[in-house]
Amino acid sequence: MFKWFGKVNYTPYTKVNDFAQYLKDGRLMGTRCKKCQATSFPPRADCEECMSDEFEFIEMSGKAQLHTFTKIVAAPTGFEDVAPYIVGVVDLAEAGRAVAWFGETIDEDEIEIGMDLQIVPQIFDELEDIKVYYSFEKPGTTWVKTDSS
Amino acid sequence: MTRVGIIGIGHGVFGRRSDATVQELAFEVFRQAVEDAGIERKDIDASVIGSVPEYHKQRSLAGVIQEYLGLYPKPTWLTEVACASGSAALRTAWMAIKAGVHDIVLVMGCQKMTELSTPEILALMGRVGEVQWESGFGTTFPAYYAMFAKRHMHEFGTTREHLLDVAVKNHYYGARNPNALFQKEITVEKAMASEDVATPFQVYDCCANADGAACVIVANEEKAKAISDKPIWLDGMACATASMSVLRRPHLVGLPSAEEAGKAAYEMAGIGPDDVKVADVHDCFTIAEIMAYEDLGFCKKGEGGPFVADRQTYVGGKVAVNVDGGLKAKGHPIGATGLSMTYEIAKQLRGEAGERQVPDADIGLTHNVGGIGQYCFVQVMKRD
Repeated sequence: MFKWFGKVNYTPYTKVNDFAQYLKDGRLMGTRCKKCQATSFPPRADCEECMSDEFEFIEMSGKAQLHTFTKIVAAPTGFEDVAPYIVGVVDLAEAGRAVAWFGETIDEDEIEIGMDLQIVPQIFDELEDIKVYYSFEKPGTTWVKTDSS
Repeated sequence: MTRVGIIGIGHGVFGRRSDATVQELAFEVFRQAVEDAGIERKDIDASVIGSVPEYHKQRSLAGVIQEYLGLYPKPTWLTEVACASGSAALRTAWMAIKAGVHDIVLVMGCQKMTELSTPEILALMGRVGEVQWESGFGTTFPAYYAMFAKRHMHEFGTTREHLLDVAVKNHYYGARNPNALFQKEITVEKAMASEDVATPFQVYDCCANADGAACVIVANEEKAKAISDKPIWLDGMACATASMSVLRRPHLVGLPSAEEAGKAAYEMAGIGPDDVKVADVHDCFTIAEIMAYEDLGFCKKGEGGPFVADRQTYVGGKVAVNVDGGLKAKGHPIGATGLSMTYEIAKQLRGEAGERQVPDADIGLTHNVGGIGQYCFVQVMKRD
Protein backbone atom coordinates (compact mmCIF):
# COMPACT_ATOMS: atom_id res chain seq x y z
CA MET A 1 0.00 0.00 0.00
CA PHE A 2 2.61 2.52 -1.01
CA LYS A 3 -0.13 5.06 -1.72
CA TRP A 4 -0.18 5.58 2.08
CA PHE A 5 3.30 7.13 2.02
CA GLY A 6 3.60 10.92 1.90
CA LYS A 7 1.21 13.81 2.40
CA VAL A 8 0.88 13.77 -1.37
CA ASN A 9 1.72 10.45 -3.02
CA TYR A 10 2.82 10.34 -6.66
CA THR A 11 3.85 6.65 -6.85
CA PRO A 12 1.11 4.32 -5.55
CA TYR A 13 2.68 1.14 -6.94
CA THR A 14 6.23 -0.11 -6.37
CA LYS A 15 8.07 -3.36 -5.71
CA VAL A 16 8.85 -2.04 -2.22
CA ASN A 17 5.13 -1.53 -1.36
CA ASP A 18 5.52 -3.16 2.06
CA PHE A 19 7.62 -0.21 3.26
CA ALA A 20 4.44 1.77 3.93
CA GLN A 21 2.77 -1.10 5.83
CA TYR A 22 5.86 -1.45 8.06
CA LEU A 23 5.92 2.31 8.60
CA LYS A 24 2.25 2.27 9.64
CA ASP A 25 3.24 -0.35 12.23
CA GLY A 26 6.00 1.88 13.55
CA ARG A 27 8.97 0.29 11.80
CA LEU A 28 11.41 2.12 9.53
CA MET A 29 12.72 -0.30 6.94
CA GLY A 30 15.55 -0.28 4.45
CA THR A 31 16.40 -3.06 2.02
CA ARG A 32 19.31 -5.49 1.85
CA CYS A 33 20.41 -7.38 -1.23
CA LYS A 34 20.26 -11.13 -0.59
CA LYS A 35 23.21 -11.72 -2.93
CA CYS A 36 25.80 -9.07 -2.00
CA GLN A 37 24.32 -7.73 1.28
CA ALA A 38 24.38 -4.11 0.07
CA THR A 39 22.05 -2.03 2.26
CA SER A 40 19.86 0.69 0.83
CA PHE A 41 17.83 3.54 2.23
CA PRO A 42 15.51 4.59 0.72
CA PRO A 43 14.60 0.98 -0.13
CA ARG A 44 15.14 -0.36 -3.62
CA ALA A 45 14.03 -3.64 -5.18
CA ASP A 46 16.97 -3.95 -7.56
CA CYS A 47 20.49 -3.91 -6.16
CA GLU A 48 22.51 -0.86 -7.16
CA GLU A 49 25.75 -2.79 -6.60
CA CYS A 50 25.27 -6.25 -8.14
CA MET A 51 21.97 -5.87 -10.07
CA SER A 52 20.26 -8.72 -8.20
CA ASP A 53 16.48 -8.48 -7.81
CA GLU A 54 16.42 -10.54 -4.60
CA PHE A 55 16.02 -8.27 -1.61
CA GLU A 56 14.74 -8.34 1.95
CA PHE A 57 13.54 -5.61 4.27
CA ILE A 58 15.73 -4.83 7.27
CA GLU A 59 14.84 -2.54 10.14
CA MET A 60 16.87 0.66 10.38
CA SER A 61 17.80 2.17 13.75
CA GLY A 62 16.52 5.57 12.66
CA LYS A 63 19.64 7.18 14.15
CA ALA A 64 20.75 10.02 11.91
CA GLN A 65 22.71 13.26 11.64
CA LEU A 66 21.46 16.44 9.98
CA HIS A 67 23.27 17.09 6.69
CA THR A 68 21.39 20.21 5.55
CA PHE A 69 17.94 21.84 5.75
CA THR A 70 15.73 24.69 4.55
CA LYS A 71 12.50 26.38 5.58
CA ILE A 72 10.13 26.32 2.62
CA VAL A 73 7.87 29.36 2.43
CA ALA A 74 6.63 29.06 -1.18
CA ALA A 75 4.83 25.68 -1.10
CA PRO A 76 3.60 23.51 -3.97
CA THR A 77 0.10 22.04 -4.45
CA GLY A 78 -0.98 19.93 -1.49
CA PHE A 79 1.33 21.62 1.02
CA GLU A 80 -0.15 25.13 1.22
CA ASP A 81 -1.90 24.29 4.52
CA VAL A 82 1.33 23.34 6.30
CA ALA A 83 3.60 26.13 4.94
CA PRO A 84 6.02 27.35 6.04
CA TYR A 85 7.64 24.02 6.87
CA ILE A 86 11.24 22.90 7.43
CA VAL A 87 12.68 20.09 5.34
CA GLY A 88 16.00 18.44 6.07
CA VAL A 89 18.34 15.83 4.63
CA VAL A 90 19.93 13.43 7.12
CA ASP A 91 22.68 10.83 6.91
CA LEU A 92 21.47 7.55 8.43
CA ALA A 93 23.77 5.74 10.87
CA GLU A 94 23.72 2.48 8.86
CA ALA A 95 23.55 3.66 5.26
CA GLY A 96 21.80 6.13 2.99
CA ARG A 97 19.99 9.38 3.53
CA ALA A 98 16.43 10.57 4.05
CA VAL A 99 14.43 13.71 3.37
CA ALA A 100 11.76 14.59 5.95
CA TRP A 101 10.17 17.24 8.14
CA PHE A 102 11.14 18.18 11.66
CA GLY A 103 8.64 17.01 14.25
CA GLU A 104 7.25 18.57 17.40
CA THR A 105 10.14 17.58 19.68
CA ILE A 106 12.49 20.06 17.99
CA ASP A 107 12.24 23.85 18.09
CA GLU A 108 13.16 25.77 14.96
CA ASP A 109 15.96 27.70 16.66
CA GLU A 110 17.62 24.45 17.84
CA ILE A 111 18.15 23.16 14.31
CA GLU A 112 21.77 23.03 13.19
CA ILE A 113 23.76 21.03 10.67
CA GLY A 114 25.50 18.07 12.32
CA MET A 115 22.92 17.62 15.11
CA ASP A 116 21.88 14.08 16.08
CA LEU A 117 18.32 13.13 15.20
CA GLN A 118 15.97 10.17 15.41
CA ILE A 119 13.75 9.27 12.43
CA VAL A 120 10.34 8.38 13.83
CA PRO A 121 7.38 6.85 11.90
CA GLN A 122 4.29 9.08 11.93
CA ILE A 123 0.68 9.05 10.81
CA PHE A 124 -1.43 12.06 9.87
CA ASP A 125 -4.21 11.87 12.46
CA GLU A 126 -6.18 14.68 10.93
CA LEU A 127 -6.61 13.04 7.53
CA GLU A 128 -9.41 10.63 6.67
CA ASP A 129 -7.29 8.45 4.38
CA ILE A 130 -4.32 6.60 5.77
CA LYS A 131 -1.25 8.81 5.28
CA VAL A 132 2.07 7.82 6.81
CA TYR A 133 5.43 9.56 6.84
CA TYR A 134 8.42 9.94 9.13
CA SER A 135 9.83 12.93 10.94
CA PHE A 136 13.08 14.03 12.54
CA GLU A 137 12.88 14.08 16.32
CA LYS A 138 15.16 14.40 19.35
CA PRO A 139 17.37 11.32 19.91
CA GLY A 140 15.53 8.85 22.16
CA THR A 141 12.07 9.73 20.83
CA THR A 142 10.09 6.56 20.13
CA TRP A 143 7.10 5.68 18.00
CA VAL A 144 3.77 5.98 19.80
CA LYS A 145 0.87 3.78 18.75
CA THR A 146 -2.22 5.90 18.11
CA ASP A 147 -5.88 5.07 17.45
CA SER A 148 -5.38 5.49 13.75
CA SER A 149 -2.30 3.29 13.66
CA MET B 1 36.62 13.84 -38.00
CA THR B 2 35.12 17.19 -38.96
CA ARG B 3 34.99 20.15 -36.59
CA VAL B 4 31.55 21.63 -36.08
CA GLY B 5 31.13 25.38 -36.43
CA ILE B 6 28.39 27.84 -35.54
CA ILE B 7 27.49 29.87 -38.65
CA GLY B 8 24.33 31.67 -37.56
CA ILE B 9 22.79 32.82 -34.28
CA GLY B 10 19.48 34.30 -33.10
CA HIS B 11 18.10 35.45 -29.72
CA GLY B 12 14.70 36.86 -28.80
CA VAL B 13 13.49 39.08 -25.98
CA PHE B 14 12.90 36.97 -22.85
CA GLY B 15 9.97 37.70 -20.56
CA ARG B 16 6.21 37.44 -20.44
CA ARG B 17 5.55 37.17 -24.16
CA SER B 18 1.77 37.42 -24.27
CA ASP B 19 2.17 38.69 -27.84
CA ALA B 20 3.26 35.39 -29.39
CA THR B 21 2.86 31.60 -29.57
CA VAL B 22 5.87 29.39 -29.04
CA GLN B 23 6.29 28.84 -32.79
CA GLU B 24 6.13 32.60 -33.36
CA LEU B 25 8.87 33.08 -30.78
CA ALA B 26 10.89 30.44 -32.62
CA PHE B 27 10.38 32.18 -35.96
CA GLU B 28 11.76 35.49 -34.62
CA VAL B 29 15.11 33.94 -33.78
CA PHE B 30 15.14 31.64 -36.79
CA ARG B 31 14.86 34.66 -39.12
CA GLN B 32 17.80 36.31 -37.31
CA ALA B 33 19.96 33.19 -37.56
CA VAL B 34 19.27 32.56 -41.24
CA GLU B 35 20.08 36.20 -42.06
CA ASP B 36 23.16 36.08 -39.84
CA ALA B 37 24.41 32.94 -41.61
CA GLY B 38 23.52 34.28 -45.04
CA ILE B 39 21.92 31.00 -46.11
CA GLU B 40 18.49 29.98 -47.34
CA ARG B 41 16.04 27.70 -45.56
CA LYS B 42 16.56 24.96 -48.16
CA ASP B 43 20.25 24.74 -47.12
CA ILE B 44 19.23 23.36 -43.71
CA ASP B 45 19.30 19.56 -43.61
CA ALA B 46 17.55 18.96 -40.28
CA SER B 47 16.39 20.70 -37.12
CA VAL B 48 16.64 19.72 -33.47
CA ILE B 49 14.28 21.34 -30.97
CA GLY B 50 15.15 21.71 -27.28
CA SER B 51 12.08 22.25 -25.13
CA VAL B 52 10.30 20.81 -22.09
CA PRO B 53 6.90 19.43 -23.14
CA GLU B 54 4.87 19.78 -19.94
CA TYR B 55 4.66 23.58 -20.21
CA HIS B 56 2.93 23.58 -23.61
CA LYS B 57 -0.64 22.73 -24.52
CA GLN B 58 0.62 21.71 -27.98
CA ARG B 59 1.84 18.14 -27.76
CA SER B 60 4.86 16.99 -29.80
CA LEU B 61 6.26 20.45 -30.28
CA ALA B 62 8.92 19.65 -32.89
CA GLY B 63 6.25 19.10 -35.56
CA VAL B 64 4.57 22.46 -35.12
CA ILE B 65 7.89 24.32 -35.02
CA GLN B 66 9.08 22.57 -38.17
CA GLU B 67 5.84 23.50 -39.92
CA TYR B 68 5.86 27.16 -38.87
CA LEU B 69 9.52 27.61 -39.86
CA GLY B 70 8.73 26.03 -43.23
CA LEU B 71 11.42 23.37 -42.91
CA TYR B 72 9.37 20.31 -43.89
CA PRO B 73 10.02 17.71 -45.29
CA LYS B 74 13.44 17.79 -43.59
CA PRO B 75 13.87 15.70 -40.41
CA THR B 76 13.23 17.12 -36.97
CA TRP B 77 13.18 15.80 -33.40
CA LEU B 78 12.84 17.03 -29.83
CA THR B 79 15.32 16.65 -26.99
CA GLU B 80 14.36 16.85 -23.32
CA VAL B 81 16.59 16.92 -20.26
CA ALA B 82 14.75 19.55 -18.19
CA CYS B 83 16.55 22.93 -18.08
CA ALA B 84 19.40 21.58 -20.25
CA SER B 85 17.15 20.62 -23.18
CA GLY B 86 18.66 23.30 -25.44
CA SER B 87 22.20 22.06 -24.92
CA ALA B 88 21.04 18.49 -25.50
CA ALA B 89 19.60 19.64 -28.84
CA LEU B 90 22.95 21.15 -29.78
CA ARG B 91 24.78 18.01 -28.71
CA THR B 92 22.61 15.81 -30.95
CA ALA B 93 23.11 18.19 -33.89
CA TRP B 94 26.87 18.11 -33.27
CA MET B 95 26.75 14.30 -33.17
CA ALA B 96 24.78 14.15 -36.45
CA ILE B 97 27.31 16.39 -38.18
CA LYS B 98 30.30 14.54 -36.70
CA ALA B 99 28.78 11.30 -37.95
CA GLY B 100 28.40 12.74 -41.44
CA VAL B 101 24.63 12.25 -41.42
CA HIS B 102 23.83 15.96 -41.88
CA ASP B 103 25.91 18.96 -43.05
CA ILE B 104 23.89 21.94 -41.76
CA VAL B 105 21.51 21.72 -38.80
CA LEU B 106 19.23 24.26 -37.08
CA VAL B 107 19.23 23.98 -33.28
CA MET B 108 16.23 25.71 -31.72
CA GLY B 109 15.54 26.24 -28.03
CA CYS B 110 12.11 27.61 -27.21
CA GLN B 111 9.71 27.66 -24.31
CA LYS B 112 6.51 29.37 -23.23
CA MET B 113 6.15 29.11 -19.46
CA THR B 114 3.77 31.91 -18.59
CA GLU B 115 0.62 30.41 -20.12
CA LEU B 116 0.20 27.91 -17.29
CA SER B 117 -2.19 28.87 -14.50
CA THR B 118 -0.82 29.36 -11.00
CA PRO B 119 -2.31 26.01 -9.79
CA GLU B 120 -0.67 24.25 -12.75
CA ILE B 121 2.69 25.84 -11.92
CA LEU B 122 2.35 24.97 -8.21
CA ALA B 123 1.54 21.36 -9.11
CA LEU B 124 4.59 21.13 -11.40
CA MET B 125 6.70 22.72 -8.64
CA GLY B 126 5.85 19.79 -6.37
CA ARG B 127 7.30 17.21 -8.79
CA VAL B 128 10.79 18.66 -9.33
CA GLY B 129 12.55 16.19 -7.07
CA GLU B 130 12.52 12.42 -6.97
CA VAL B 131 8.79 11.80 -6.52
CA GLN B 132 8.83 8.45 -4.68
CA TRP B 133 10.85 9.39 -1.58
CA GLU B 134 11.20 13.18 -1.62
CA SER B 135 8.22 15.01 -3.17
CA GLY B 136 5.84 13.60 -0.55
CA PHE B 137 7.50 16.01 1.89
CA GLY B 138 6.75 19.06 -0.26
CA THR B 139 10.24 19.67 -1.61
CA THR B 140 10.60 22.35 -4.29
CA PHE B 141 13.21 23.43 -6.81
CA PRO B 142 14.45 26.39 -4.72
CA ALA B 143 14.44 24.15 -1.64
CA TYR B 144 17.03 21.76 -3.10
CA TYR B 145 19.42 24.55 -4.06
CA ALA B 146 18.74 26.22 -0.71
CA MET B 147 19.91 23.02 0.99
CA PHE B 148 23.06 23.04 -1.18
CA ALA B 149 23.58 26.66 -0.07
CA LYS B 150 23.14 25.86 3.63
CA ARG B 151 25.66 23.03 3.41
CA HIS B 152 28.11 25.17 1.40
CA MET B 153 27.85 27.91 4.02
CA HIS B 154 28.42 25.33 6.76
CA GLU B 155 31.47 23.69 5.16
CA PHE B 156 33.20 26.69 3.61
CA GLY B 157 31.95 29.79 5.42
CA THR B 158 30.17 31.12 2.35
CA THR B 159 28.03 34.08 3.43
CA ARG B 160 24.61 35.50 2.62
CA GLU B 161 26.40 38.48 1.02
CA HIS B 162 28.46 36.17 -1.21
CA LEU B 163 25.25 34.67 -2.57
CA LEU B 164 23.75 38.06 -3.25
CA ASP B 165 26.97 39.32 -4.87
CA VAL B 166 26.08 36.90 -7.68
CA ALA B 167 22.62 38.44 -8.05
CA VAL B 168 24.02 41.99 -7.98
CA LYS B 169 26.60 41.16 -10.69
CA ASN B 170 24.08 39.45 -12.94
CA HIS B 171 21.56 42.26 -12.64
CA TYR B 172 24.37 44.75 -13.40
CA TYR B 173 24.94 43.02 -16.74
CA GLY B 174 21.24 42.29 -17.32
CA ALA B 175 20.69 46.05 -17.19
CA ARG B 176 22.94 46.22 -20.27
CA ASN B 177 21.28 43.38 -22.22
CA PRO B 178 18.22 44.41 -24.28
CA ASN B 179 17.04 40.77 -24.42
CA ALA B 180 16.91 40.39 -20.61
CA LEU B 181 13.71 40.10 -18.59
CA PHE B 182 15.11 42.30 -15.78
CA GLN B 183 17.10 45.26 -17.08
CA LYS B 184 17.61 46.89 -13.69
CA GLU B 185 20.53 46.95 -11.31
CA ILE B 186 19.94 45.87 -7.71
CA THR B 187 21.81 46.19 -4.43
CA VAL B 188 22.51 43.64 -1.69
CA GLU B 189 20.27 45.71 0.63
CA LYS B 190 17.36 45.59 -1.80
CA ALA B 191 17.78 41.84 -2.30
CA MET B 192 17.84 41.26 1.47
CA ALA B 193 14.53 43.09 1.79
CA SER B 194 12.76 40.74 -0.62
CA GLU B 195 10.43 37.92 0.47
CA ASP B 196 11.65 34.53 1.69
CA VAL B 197 11.31 31.62 -0.75
CA ALA B 198 13.26 28.80 0.95
CA THR B 199 15.85 29.86 3.50
CA PRO B 200 18.44 31.25 2.96
CA PHE B 201 16.95 32.20 -0.41
CA GLN B 202 14.82 35.25 -0.97
CA VAL B 203 13.24 36.34 -4.25
CA TYR B 204 16.49 37.80 -5.61
CA ASP B 205 18.34 34.51 -5.20
CA CYS B 206 16.04 32.84 -7.72
CA CYS B 207 15.74 33.10 -11.48
CA ALA B 208 12.29 33.70 -12.97
CA ASN B 209 10.18 31.66 -15.36
CA ALA B 210 10.00 33.32 -18.77
CA ASP B 211 8.98 32.83 -22.37
CA GLY B 212 11.67 32.95 -25.01
CA ALA B 213 13.65 31.43 -27.84
CA ALA B 214 17.25 31.28 -29.00
CA CYS B 215 18.84 29.29 -31.81
CA VAL B 216 22.06 28.54 -33.63
CA ILE B 217 22.80 27.05 -37.04
CA VAL B 218 25.74 24.65 -37.09
CA ALA B 219 27.66 23.16 -40.01
CA ASN B 220 30.53 20.82 -40.74
CA GLU B 221 34.03 22.31 -41.10
CA GLU B 222 33.99 22.55 -44.87
CA LYS B 223 30.61 24.26 -45.10
CA ALA B 224 31.24 26.46 -42.06
CA LYS B 225 34.44 27.83 -43.63
CA ALA B 226 32.73 28.32 -47.00
CA ILE B 227 29.64 30.05 -45.55
CA SER B 228 30.98 32.05 -42.60
CA ASP B 229 33.94 34.41 -42.24
CA LYS B 230 33.71 34.12 -38.45
CA PRO B 231 32.70 30.57 -37.52
CA ILE B 232 32.76 29.70 -33.82
CA TRP B 233 33.98 26.17 -33.21
CA LEU B 234 32.39 23.67 -30.83
CA ASP B 235 35.65 22.01 -29.76
CA GLY B 236 34.76 20.53 -26.39
CA MET B 237 31.30 19.01 -26.06
CA ALA B 238 30.67 17.05 -22.89
CA CYS B 239 27.70 15.82 -20.95
CA ALA B 240 27.44 13.95 -17.65
CA THR B 241 24.80 12.88 -15.17
CA ALA B 242 24.33 12.48 -11.43
CA SER B 243 21.64 10.78 -9.38
CA MET B 244 18.13 12.21 -9.60
CA SER B 245 17.80 11.91 -5.85
CA VAL B 246 19.86 14.08 -3.52
CA LEU B 247 19.82 11.07 -1.22
CA ARG B 248 22.29 9.28 -3.51
CA ARG B 249 24.76 12.12 -4.18
CA PRO B 250 28.36 11.83 -2.91
CA HIS B 251 28.13 15.40 -1.54
CA LEU B 252 25.72 18.36 -1.55
CA VAL B 253 28.18 21.22 -2.06
CA GLY B 254 28.51 21.02 -5.84
CA LEU B 255 27.18 19.13 -8.83
CA PRO B 256 29.11 15.92 -9.62
CA SER B 257 27.69 16.03 -13.17
CA ALA B 258 29.27 19.46 -13.69
CA GLU B 259 32.65 18.32 -12.35
CA GLU B 260 32.61 15.37 -14.77
CA ALA B 261 31.37 17.30 -17.79
CA GLY B 262 33.82 20.13 -17.16
CA LYS B 263 36.84 17.80 -17.08
CA ALA B 264 35.70 15.98 -20.22
CA ALA B 265 35.06 19.20 -22.15
CA TYR B 266 38.48 20.64 -21.25
CA GLU B 267 40.17 17.42 -22.29
CA MET B 268 38.36 17.25 -25.62
CA ALA B 269 39.19 20.90 -26.38
CA GLY B 270 42.80 20.54 -25.17
CA ILE B 271 42.51 23.44 -22.72
CA GLY B 272 42.24 24.03 -18.98
CA PRO B 273 40.02 26.27 -16.86
CA ASP B 274 42.62 29.07 -16.84
CA ASP B 275 42.28 29.39 -20.63
CA VAL B 276 38.59 30.34 -20.44
CA LYS B 277 38.06 34.10 -20.85
CA VAL B 278 34.28 34.20 -20.76
CA ALA B 279 31.62 31.76 -19.55
CA ASP B 280 27.87 31.48 -19.25
CA VAL B 281 26.96 29.22 -16.33
CA HIS B 282 23.64 27.93 -15.03
CA ASP B 283 22.76 30.38 -12.24
CA CYS B 284 19.18 29.21 -11.62
CA PHE B 285 19.89 30.18 -8.00
CA THR B 286 22.72 32.28 -6.58
CA ILE B 287 24.51 29.29 -5.02
CA ALA B 288 24.43 27.52 -8.39
CA GLU B 289 26.82 30.08 -9.89
CA ILE B 290 29.20 29.81 -6.93
CA MET B 291 29.21 26.01 -7.20
CA ALA B 292 29.75 26.32 -10.99
CA TYR B 293 32.97 28.37 -10.47
CA GLU B 294 34.25 25.55 -8.28
CA ASP B 295 32.96 22.59 -10.30
CA LEU B 296 34.53 24.06 -13.48
CA GLY B 297 37.86 24.82 -11.77
CA PHE B 298 37.72 28.62 -12.10
CA CYS B 299 38.58 28.68 -8.39
CA LYS B 300 39.23 26.08 -5.69
CA LYS B 301 36.42 24.18 -3.98
CA GLY B 302 34.87 26.36 -1.31
CA GLU B 303 36.34 29.63 -2.60
CA GLY B 304 33.49 30.57 -4.94
CA GLY B 305 32.04 33.11 -2.50
CA PRO B 306 35.19 35.23 -2.09
CA PHE B 307 35.84 34.77 -5.84
CA VAL B 308 32.70 36.71 -6.79
CA ALA B 309 33.10 39.15 -3.88
CA ASP B 310 36.57 40.02 -5.29
CA ARG B 311 34.90 40.78 -8.65
CA GLN B 312 36.91 38.02 -10.36
CA THR B 313 33.88 37.15 -12.52
CA TYR B 314 33.17 40.68 -13.78
CA VAL B 315 34.62 41.84 -17.11
CA GLY B 316 38.26 42.55 -16.25
CA GLY B 317 38.43 39.78 -13.63
CA LYS B 318 39.99 36.32 -13.97
CA VAL B 319 37.06 34.97 -16.00
CA ALA B 320 33.95 36.94 -16.98
CA VAL B 321 30.87 34.92 -15.99
CA ASN B 322 27.28 35.60 -17.02
CA VAL B 323 28.05 39.04 -18.37
CA ASP B 324 24.77 38.79 -20.29
CA GLY B 325 22.83 38.79 -17.00
CA GLY B 326 22.66 35.01 -16.59
CA LEU B 327 19.43 33.16 -15.92
CA LYS B 328 19.01 35.48 -12.95
CA ALA B 329 18.44 38.66 -14.97
CA LYS B 330 17.67 37.29 -18.44
CA GLY B 331 14.91 34.99 -17.19
CA HIS B 332 14.90 31.23 -17.67
CA PRO B 333 12.72 29.88 -20.50
CA ILE B 334 14.00 26.41 -19.77
CA GLY B 335 14.24 24.97 -23.29
CA ALA B 336 15.85 28.15 -24.65
CA THR B 337 18.41 28.75 -21.90
CA GLY B 338 21.18 26.47 -23.21
CA LEU B 339 21.09 28.09 -26.64
CA SER B 340 20.89 31.55 -25.08
CA MET B 341 24.23 30.70 -23.46
CA THR B 342 25.69 29.45 -26.75
CA TYR B 343 24.45 32.60 -28.51
CA GLU B 344 26.04 34.91 -25.93
CA ILE B 345 29.41 33.16 -25.96
CA ALA B 346 29.41 33.19 -29.79
CA LYS B 347 28.76 36.96 -29.67
CA GLN B 348 31.65 37.40 -27.25
CA LEU B 349 34.05 35.31 -29.35
CA ARG B 350 33.05 37.25 -32.46
CA GLY B 351 33.73 40.52 -30.60
CA GLU B 352 30.13 41.70 -31.02
CA ALA B 353 29.08 42.01 -27.36
CA GLY B 354 29.18 45.83 -27.27
CA GLU B 355 29.62 47.38 -23.84
CA ARG B 356 29.65 43.90 -22.28
CA GLN B 357 32.54 42.73 -24.49
CA VAL B 358 35.32 40.81 -22.75
CA PRO B 359 38.67 41.98 -24.21
CA ASP B 360 40.55 39.35 -26.27
CA ALA B 361 37.88 36.69 -25.76
CA ASP B 362 39.17 33.75 -27.79
CA ILE B 363 37.96 30.79 -25.70
CA GLY B 364 34.55 30.62 -24.06
CA LEU B 365 32.48 28.06 -22.19
CA THR B 366 28.85 27.26 -21.45
CA HIS B 367 27.58 25.21 -18.48
CA ASN B 368 23.91 24.22 -18.72
CA VAL B 369 22.38 22.18 -15.90
CA GLY B 370 19.21 20.11 -16.04
CA GLY B 371 17.07 19.82 -12.91
CA ILE B 372 19.10 19.93 -9.72
CA GLY B 373 22.21 18.59 -11.45
CA GLN B 374 20.87 15.33 -12.84
CA TYR B 375 22.29 16.47 -16.17
CA CYS B 376 25.09 18.87 -17.06
CA PHE B 377 26.32 19.93 -20.49
CA VAL B 378 29.62 21.82 -20.79
CA GLN B 379 30.74 23.27 -24.14
CA VAL B 380 34.12 24.80 -24.93
CA MET B 381 33.89 27.22 -27.86
CA LYS B 382 36.77 28.80 -29.82
CA ARG B 383 37.20 31.37 -32.55
CA ASP B 384 39.79 31.08 -35.32
